[in-house]
Amino acid sequence: MEPSPNGSFQTRRSRRKRVGMILAGILFLATIFGVVVLITLLVDVIFSARPWLDGQFIQSFPSRFPEEAGIKSALFGSLWLMGLTALISVPLGVASAVYLEEYAQDGWFLRLIQINIANLAGVPSVVYGILGLSLFVRFAALGQSLLAGALTLSLLILPIIIISTQEALRSIPSGIRESAYALGGTRWQVIYSHVLPMAAPGIFTGVILALSRAIGETAPLILIGALTFVPFLPQGALDQFTALPIQIFNWTARPQSEFEGLAAAAIVILMILLFTMNLTAILLRNYFEERRAGT
Amino acid sequence: MSTSAPTPTEERDPKAAERPAEDLRQQVYDSPKEKLIKYALGACALVSVLTTLGIAAVLVIESIPFFQTVALTEFFGDTQWTPQFSEKHFGIWALLAGTLLVTVISAIVALPVGLASAIFISEYAPRWLRKTLKPSLELLAGVPTVVYGYFALTFVTPLLQAFIPGLGVYNALSAGIVVGIMIIPMVASLSEDALQAVPDSLTKAAYALGATKYEAVVRVNVPAAFSGIMASFILAVSRAIGETMIVTLAAGATPKATLDPTQSIQTMTAFIVQVSKGDTPQGTIVYQSIFAVGLVLFLITLALNIFANRVTLHYQEEY
Repeated sequence: MEPSPNGSFQTRRSRRKRVGMILAGILFLATIFGVVVLITLLVDVIFSARPWLDGQFIQSFPSRFPEEAGIKSALFGSLWLMGLTALISVPLGVASAVYLEEYAQDGWFLRLIQINIANLAGVPSVVYGILGLSLFVRFAALGQSLLAGALTLSLLILPIIIISTQEALRSIPSGIRESAYALGGTRWQVIYSHVLPMAAPGIFTGVILALSRAIGETAPLILIGALTFVPFLPQGALDQFTALPIQIFNWTARPQSEFEGLAAAAIVILMILLFTMNLTAILLRNYFEERRAGT
Repeated sequence: MSTSAPTPTEERDPKAAERPAEDLRQQVYDSPKEKLIKYALGACALVSVLTTLGIAAVLVIESIPFFQTVALTEFFGDTQWTPQFSEKHFGIWALLAGTLLVTVISAIVALPVGLASAIFISEYAPRWLRKTLKPSLELLAGVPTVVYGYFALTFVTPLLQAFIPGLGVYNALSAGIVVGIMIIPMVASLSEDALQAVPDSLTKAAYALGATKYEAVVRVNVPAAFSGIMASFILAVSRAIGETMIVTLAAGATPKATLDPTQSIQTMTAFIVQVSKGDTPQGTIVYQSIFAVGLVLFLITLALNIFANRVTLHYQEEY
């Protein structure tokens, strides 16, 4: 029996629908792949870390003996680095973005800087390490100090801060600037008392994400010569240091399985720090997005 | 006040529309103090240009002594890289091959999965699921590379060894897969931006012609976002080439020009780390070689990034 045109349409239509369903299923599986990996990674790390995570681990200096080893100096080193990096990179990055968005006139110079920043964001971190080694450790003679590390990390995250600050500034409606100018504000008054405060949540989110990138960076710190064995706390910006990622790298690279547990324990501490920062940024953004949508 | 300032109504190029305050700003009078602030902020913006110049200068100047000893013909002609041996070979191909191998494996993992995630999040996921998936991909992107390196060495490699008997502790496959996982969020979020930029009218037109959802997505949305998706692929590949800690920890330290993923290899980035974490004295040829390798790495990633930005600009102009 010859199928009627209508029946053929029906079979084709249901086949097309079925193909769509299968595709949707594949797409969904691919999407949750990332989430599954993230959960696997966390469970694996926490499982290996459990026997090693205790108060002694946080309060001890590194040691050749796994039972006595801890991350006190690495934790303090990372916090020092983060503080110094923030002090250097935030003012510099926000000032650059304000210049680019609020002052610079469209032209070849502005375009050059924009292309330059986009490209800098793609330079591998190990190359920043080479720059830091030549420029800060040797040329500026800062040695293998916290300051040299913080300067290197600052250059590394500067493009991220600039780009996110620019986006925050761009999202401020120009009516705000117009009304401030109309009331006789000077350029700086308009920026300082209207544009910047309104863009602050966006800028803050970008800064947190950039700093969380900095705190996890390992390669540049290895390049500038961060130590792996530091049985003291840094007292100033010119002291030698170690950091959490360096300690994790060192322990992971050792063949003994006890050190694998130590590495996992250090990863847990680092990830707690990072997740807190990331979550703050995400919640902050969602909060302000919703509030803005509401008005 | 400048007389040449354009009046707001005429000849607004598309760039000016993006910068709404442009015309307004040109009408503002600046006192000397205001000018000072302007120049101070401008100086800060110059730091990023100086960084680029600094990177280029350091890499070129520091690799000059290396190229005085090792001829360019050997650097690009030899296929062995053995700086630590008594008979030294400096053929960059051995390191380039290792980098290429890891990059290809990571691309095979990340490009399909990343694109599929982007399509799902942008076209299929209901609002509540989208709100859960996007932050978790962002968290995945926030995991430090040294943690991925630990994961590759202590989880993925033993897992692979269960399937591939005789697989060594250090191999390109495990490192490549984990580098791929690392760049999935990048592909996903950039491709998703490209898909979101496709005008709704195109999708609606496809539906009006009787397309099913999958037909609209595969034949209209994805092709329309093609250049943006390509840009995300190129940027992700560039990121994979520059990735350092995963390959240092999991891929090994034996430079060789092989395309066998089960072998232990060394990438350019891993070589740089290996030399600088050891106590190689300054001024030796091995120490100088990291700058030459760094220069090659910088040039490759720069070329890819410029290419990706070109592609992105192209697609922005289309609609």
